Amino acid sequence: MSSRRSRSRQSGASRITDDQINDLVSKLQQLLPELRNRQSDKVFIFMLSTIYLTTVEVSASKVLQETCNYIRSLHREVDDLSDRLSELLATTDTSSAQAAIIRSLLM
Amino acid sequence: MAVHRLSLNPSSYKTRFTQRFLRALMKINKNKNRSSTSSSFQEIRRGRRRIKIAADGSMASAVGSKRAWSRAMLYKLRTRTRHQAWVRKISTAAKRKRDVGNKPEEELSRTDDLRRLVPGGEAMDFCSLLEETAHYIKCLTTQAHVMQSIADFYST
Repeated sequence: MSSRRSRSRQSGASRITDDQINDLVSKLQQLLPELRNRQSDKVFIFMLSTIYLTTVEVSASKVLQETCNYIRSLHREVDDLSDRLSELLATTDTSSAQAAIIRSLLM
Repeated sequence: MAVHRLSLNPSSYKTRFTQRFLRALMKINKNKNRSSTSSSFQEIRRGRRRIKIAADGSMASAVGSKRAWSRAMLYKLRTRTRHQAWVRKISTAAKRKRDVGNKPEEELSRTDDLRRLVPGGEAMDFCSLLEETAHYIKCLTTQAHVMQSIADFYST
């Protein structure tokens, strides 16, 4: 692990401790499910770019891996929901009337 | 009623997505009623794919052309068969350009995964990729939330 660190890029802010990096990564992992809150997407962008500039290779790949896993789980969730919706649309007959109601509420 | 849970703001992304998605659902339902109403396995699979395409299309058009990933997704949806050859061409050209620089190997393999997941990610530089990823995740969670609300509404 220490040999990898000596090969990492020497930027001005790279004198960041292991603990700080682990703290940042764990905070980011907490943030990922909470992106429903609209304020937090800018924080997410800022934290990703910070980690990219100052990172040891290990943390960067961990963050990227977590991001990929989260996107895959979101895709799976959307697929399941579209399954459910296709079944529901097939069974309910008055769905067009209900959709018209929803649309009128939205306009 | 479940609709109140959506808490819509007239010009937000969530509203625009919901409107387009519901419109698409109505169109799908109308076409289904016109054709045969057999609930065979193939019909279900086709309907599932149509809804997924409607959801992705509504999401991308609600964002518009402000974002690279939405532009890539709209292009992919509009030229569904020709897109495969285009992606292969862009990805090999971009990969050749990236291999010239000396990125550490681990980061390169991880970004390849991410590039495949985010639409249009093959041809972006790393910083844009991160920014697009954040916005894409935000829109995906909104899409899942709205679809969940609609499914709950129909199942009550």
